[in-house]
This record gives sequence, structure tokens and C-alpha cells, in this order.
Amino acid sequence: MRQKEWKLIITFHTTSDAIAFEKACKENGKRGRMIPVPRELSAGCGLAWCTLPADRAEMEEFLHTQNICSEDIAELLY
Amino acid sequence: MSIYMDNAATTMQKPDCVIDAVVNAMRHMGNSGRGAHEASLDASRLIYETREMISDLVNLGSPRQVAFTCNSTEALNTAILGLFGPGDHLISTVMEHNSVLRPLYRLEKEGAELSFVPCDASGMLCVDTLEQYLRPNTKGLICTHASNLTGNANDLKKIGAFCKEHGLLFVVDASQTAGVLPIDMQAMNIDVLCFTGHKGLYGPQGTGGICVRAGITVRPLKSGGSGIHTYLKEHPSEMPTALEAGTLNGHGIAGLHAALGFLKQTGTDTIHKKEISLMRRFLAGVKEIPSIRLYGNFDTNERAAVVSLNIGDYDSSEVSDELSVTYGISTRPGAHCAPLMHTSMGTVDQGMVRFSFSWFNTEDEVDTAVRALKELAED
Repeated sequence: MRQKEWKLIITFHTTSDAIAFEKACKENGKRGRMIPVPRELSAGCGLAWCTLPADRAEMEEFLHTQNICSEDIAELLY
Repeated sequence: MSIYMDNAATTMQKPDCVIDAVVNAMRHMGNSGRGAHEASLDASRLIYETREMISDLVNLGSPRQVAFTCNSTEALNTAILGLFGPGDHLISTVMEHNSVLRPLYRLEKEGAELSFVPCDASGMLCVDTLEQYLRPNTKGLICTHASNLTGNANDLKKIGAFCKEHGLLFVVDASQTAGVLPIDMQAMNIDVLCFTGHKGLYGPQGTGGICVRAGITVRPLKSGGSGIHTYLKEHPSEMPTALEAGTLNGHGIAGLHAALGFLKQTGTDTIHKKEISLMRRFLAGVKEIPSIRLYGNFDTNERAAVVSLNIGDYDSSEVSDELSVTYGISTRPGAHCAPLMHTSMGTVDQGMVRFSFSWFNTEDEVDTAVRALKELAED
């Protein structure tokens, strides 16, 4: 298994919200990728956006400007 | 030789890109929302993009409010049974298909009240009489955008304004018009729009959907797998998942995605103009045949490219069968799942022979159909 590192994980209510966020990230050059929701997070959707903790403020602002609701934003070893 | 003129039932001829997209999806597509591997993500991405395209097409304003169903019937059942209940009074029209009427009759058995707005002799809705059907418990108005029998279209902007004025939920059946006539859910004040993918959108059968204005909650008909909230005992309430229990028809939606691309590239207006031009050529030809009786109002081009007719007193089934067997022309006879419309037009016994045109029909085909009708009428 890979060595775990601290990551910022964003979870969503629905698959559509997750995919909408992924699309917006790609279109706006935001780094990160979609992952299955880690067990530490009890999320609605099975998909989560995974990026670096340093991006937290940027991601929160981006979620707001894109009008996409996240379910949870957490930092954990992944 | 085979001439297909039953496009109001389904546009049998599809753009090649639609067929290719379905085949490609069947080779590569995973299950949307059921994992984070690339095959599943690709399915989720394509389906989300299709939601965006539908939302744009009808100016819904939110891709998340587009839920996919297997056809209009499922969407209409979901809308009608999920919005209304016992004690509600609902207004509908005699133009409706059984996909609207039967869920309404089911509600009536459970204690809802129904009123049906009539049509005039040409099959146009008596829209100016709407007010007289209002009751204190009127909760919604459900109507088709265009009749599957006559092709006559309703003025959705006018009906939507009426609904807004009286606080009614406005549910529209766009089975015959999605991809054909302009639909603007916001300008027309439409709360729920139900569509099928395999007619004017030129997608595969088994695709369709329900567009729900944000803020309106529709009780789901089904519950089950959702890919989210696994440990909840109830199906999730967030759209579009709320109305999408079970695996989506991803392969079909891939075809619908390609079809929507085809429509955008070609232009729905261009397609409609061609269909109407074929309809007008056909009309001009059949009008010259003395024993032909035409149904519908052809004063405007804001309609579906449908012409229903009869020859004398001949059974419509007999005429349609003769067209098929002798001339290779596919049409639809009988009642077209529109019982109140046939009652209104006085054609319950005879039925009608319906010709309906698509982008893939040609002027030669139209001329052949006119010649065939001339020969049959002279028999």
C-alpha cells in the first residue's frame, strides 16, 4: 500500500454534485482527483475530491463560487 | 423499399453518432456512481454532461434537477403521483395520452378530482376557458405540449402564466416536442417537464427524464440502490438521486448524449423547418384527394410534423395495413393511446391514420406516400 499523506477530502451529497465539482475543477485548473470516500468520513456520496491541505481556503471559496454544496471537508491521512 | 413515417411513435432512423455512442458505451462504460474507478467515473461524467445538455435545452437552470427515467410514461407517473393526492383537484385536457390520463384516473380512484379542458373542431385546446375549471382545491394543471394525434401545439406560455396567477403546479408532457419546439421552463413557468429521448431528441428507446424546478419536491415512485447513503433505510431525498433508484440506462444515455450533440450541431430550428416543410408538401398533395378527411389545425408551423387523416369511411387499420403491405409505408392507425382526443374528434370507431415526419424523411418519400393515398382513395 502507498504511504499515507495528509490530504484534504471533500465529500458531497450526490454523485451529480461530485461530478459537477470535478468538472469545474478541471475547467479551472484546480489540482486533485476523485477518490472513493475514505471510511473515516461518513458521506452521502461514494465519491470524494482529494487534494492537498494547503488548498483548503481556495477549495472552500471555489465551492462557494461554483454554487456546489459539499457535505464535509476534512483533512486526514490518505 | 421501406418508408418510415411513424416518427411520432419513435424516430426509428437515428444519426450514426447515436448508434456509435451506444456501441462504444457498451464496450467501455461502467456503472455511474458505483465506484471511483475510471470506468464508473466516465459513466458519471457522461451522464452529468447529458443532464447539463437537457437543462440547457429546456432552460431549467440546474443540471441537478434533471433525473433520468426510462421514458415519458415513467416520468409522468412520477410527476403526477408524486405531486398530487386525494383531495386535490387537477385540470388536464382532452389532448392527453394515456401516460397522463391513466395516472390521473388512478389518483381519481384514490380521491382526487379531475377536469378536462375540451378542444374545438380542429383539435385546438379551448385555452380561454381555463378559468371556469378552477376550484378552491385545484392544485395543478397537467397538459401536453403537442397532441400525438393531431400535432397541434399548446401555448405553454399562456397556460404557464395562468398557473402562476392561480398558484397551480404546472406539469408538461413534452413527449412530442422535446427537441422539436422551443421549451423555456423559466419563461413558461413550467414546474415539471417530462420528456422521452427516442422521439424528437433522436436518442435510443429506454431514455427519458423528468426536469423539476428547484424547490419543488416530487415523492419518488421507486426506492433502492443509489450509490450514496448506503446505511439509510430511506432512499436519499437529494435530486437527481431522489428520482433515480437503481442503475441508470447508461448505454442509452450515452446515445442520448450523442443525439443532443447532433441536435445542437444541426440546430433544432433547422430540423423542425425541414420536418414542417415535408409535412406541408404532404398536406398539399393529400388535400387534392376528394375523399380524404384531415384532422388538426395547420394554420401555424408551431406544431409537430404530424398529419392524421382518414379515407372515406375506411377503417384506419385497413388503410394503414394496405400502406404497409402494398407500398412499404409505415404509419400508425387506430387510437394512438389518446382516447379523449378521438372522442372529441368523433373518430372512436374509425380511428385515424397518422403520418409523422422526421429529419430523415425525404421529399421523394412524401410524394410516394401521396401517390399511394391517391391510389387507395380511387379504389
